Amino acid sequence: MHPVIKLLAQRISLGLLLLLAASVLIFIGTQILPGDVAQSILGQGATPETLANLRAELGLNDPPLTRYFNWLFAAMQGDLGTALTNGQDIATSMGKRLGNTLFLAFWAAVVAVPMAIILGLIAVRYQGRWPDRVISSCTLATVSVPEFLLGYIAIFFFSVQFRLLPSLATVYDGMGFWDRLYAIALPVIVLVLVVLGHMMRMTRAAILNVMQSPYVETAELKGLRKFTIIARHAFPNAIAPVVNVVMLNLAYLVVGVVVVEVVFVYPGMGQYLVDHVSKRDVPVVQACGLVFAAVYIGLNLVADVVSILANPRLRHPK
Amino acid sequence: MRIPLAALIGLFFTGLYFFAAIFADFIAPYGMAEVVGDSWEPASAAHWLGTDTIGRDLLSRMIFGGQTTIFVATVATLLSFSMGSVLGLFAAVKGGWVDQFLSRMVDLMMSIPSLISALVVLSVMPVTLPVLILVMGILDSTRVFRLSRAVAVDINVMDYVEAARLRGEKQMWIIFREILPNALSPLVAEMGLRFIFMVLFISTLSFLGLGVQPPLADWGGIVKENKDGIAYGIMAGLIPAFAIASLAISVNLVADWILTRTTSLKGGRG
Repeated sequence: MHPVIKLLAQRISLGLLLLLAASVLIFIGTQILPGDVAQSILGQGATPETLANLRAELGLNDPPLTRYFNWLFAAMQGDLGTALTNGQDIATSMGKRLGNTLFLAFWAAVVAVPMAIILGLIAVRYQGRWPDRVISSCTLATVSVPEFLLGYIAIFFFSVQFRLLPSLATVYDGMGFWDRLYAIALPVIVLVLVVLGHMMRMTRAAILNVMQSPYVETAELKGLRKFTIIARHAFPNAIAPVVNVVMLNLAYLVVGVVVVEVVFVYPGMGQYLVDHVSKRDVPVVQACGLVFAAVYIGLNLVADVVSILANPRLRHPK
Repeated sequence: MRIPLAALIGLFFTGLYFFAAIFADFIAPYGMAEVVGDSWEPASAAHWLGTDTIGRDLLSRMIFGGQTTIFVATVATLLSFSMGSVLGLFAAVKGGWVDQFLSRMVDLMMSIPSLISALVVLSVMPVTLPVLILVMGILDSTRVFRLSRAVAVDINVMDYVEAARLRGEKQMWIIFREILPNALSPLVAEMGLRFIFMVLFISTLSFLGLGVQPPLADWGGIVKENKDGIAYGIMAGLIPAFAIASLAISVNLVADWILTRTTSLKGGRG
């Protein structure tokens, strides 16, 4: 068997194993911690009867191992259970929200990735001079402010002062594509700012690392223009680390989405999760946690796979 | 010893924030929950930053809020540091299955984003300060573990550690007397970054309503309370942004300086 296929198979099975372990962790996190779920849902107003009823309804009387496997097998068949607060099927109410979240994250990624790479290249080209300094200090500023505050700063300027963009990202069924894009413009800007800083800094570091290799010195001594050296010699060799950076930041985007959705009241996964954490709706929280973990682990897996494929030494073994 | 200007600015502002946090009771012009005016009064001589959504003095809220935020972040950083570095050094020194077990556990915990893990845990736990500190500290100790283990593995193969082993020193001596002093400088620089991360983390949780609870003030909570004003062009909700960003940047400057100072020490006598 080709060694790359073997390596990929290894990585993918490792990823699946990790997801399984993560599901155990999520389950433990919500079920076996001090105080049981029924108690914390009912809070102060718990009477012994209501507690016993709720425990029976949630299946808390079964041993933990049985509950875990019941939950896991149902989840694998696409049945995530029903929400405690409104009795709705979690999978159906999550489906549309997941689509919304991916729509938002997708557009943020489409804007952020090329921008980060270009800015990174410019920063390397003018390393230590003013363009580098300007870019670096701007990105330091954006990574030092939490996402939700960036969101409100953006609202303050773009929708209150200049009245350019809507401050609430309201989307509904049957909305046209361009209207939808206009509605999410502001959250996309915020998400781009959130990941751009990290992504650009890491891209810059990755390319600078390559710039120290002997073949770049050769290219320099050959008299090539600085930009040609970066674009033709340094960048192709930096692809693996850069792809890694991009994937890591997309994974980070998944988390940033949670907070940004709350700021802009966007009907996505993040808002769904946060709402149900404050209502202590455990099945929903578990389901959302599982989905977020799966996306996160999946993106990290893709990063691994791409960096294996981008390495010619692994693709063409001796 | 000369301190570069950037680090000096960083030290000054970091010191200022910590000073304000420690002596909040003496500095704040009004009480934390004292209603002193109308809602969202503009800045004036009596209220330097104006008032908040129910007419409390915003400057006082910011000072008391800083106290909570900085306190929680500091304690959580200390917890994450003591736990992460002790376990990391232990794993590096012990090696074998102890190392394997701890490292795989940490990999597993890091495979779920920490905000998501925190939300999952906080959905069943009561949201109180000790619980918050514990959750944040434990989740963050995974990062410290990785760093300290990586640093300690390098030091563990040094001759002087081997000499100590041959001398018959105990495990504890090797961890705390041989490895820890030599691993301290990257760890201290990392501590600054972890502290910033904690400030951002607790602010985010409070903003989501799952962090510091209402009677207490904190920077994330101030944004949450005053966010409705932003739609009318009232700046009150944005003030914590300046506080958080300036604290984060100044701690960053100090951490950068510590890191470059200690790494240049390693190279030669300079």
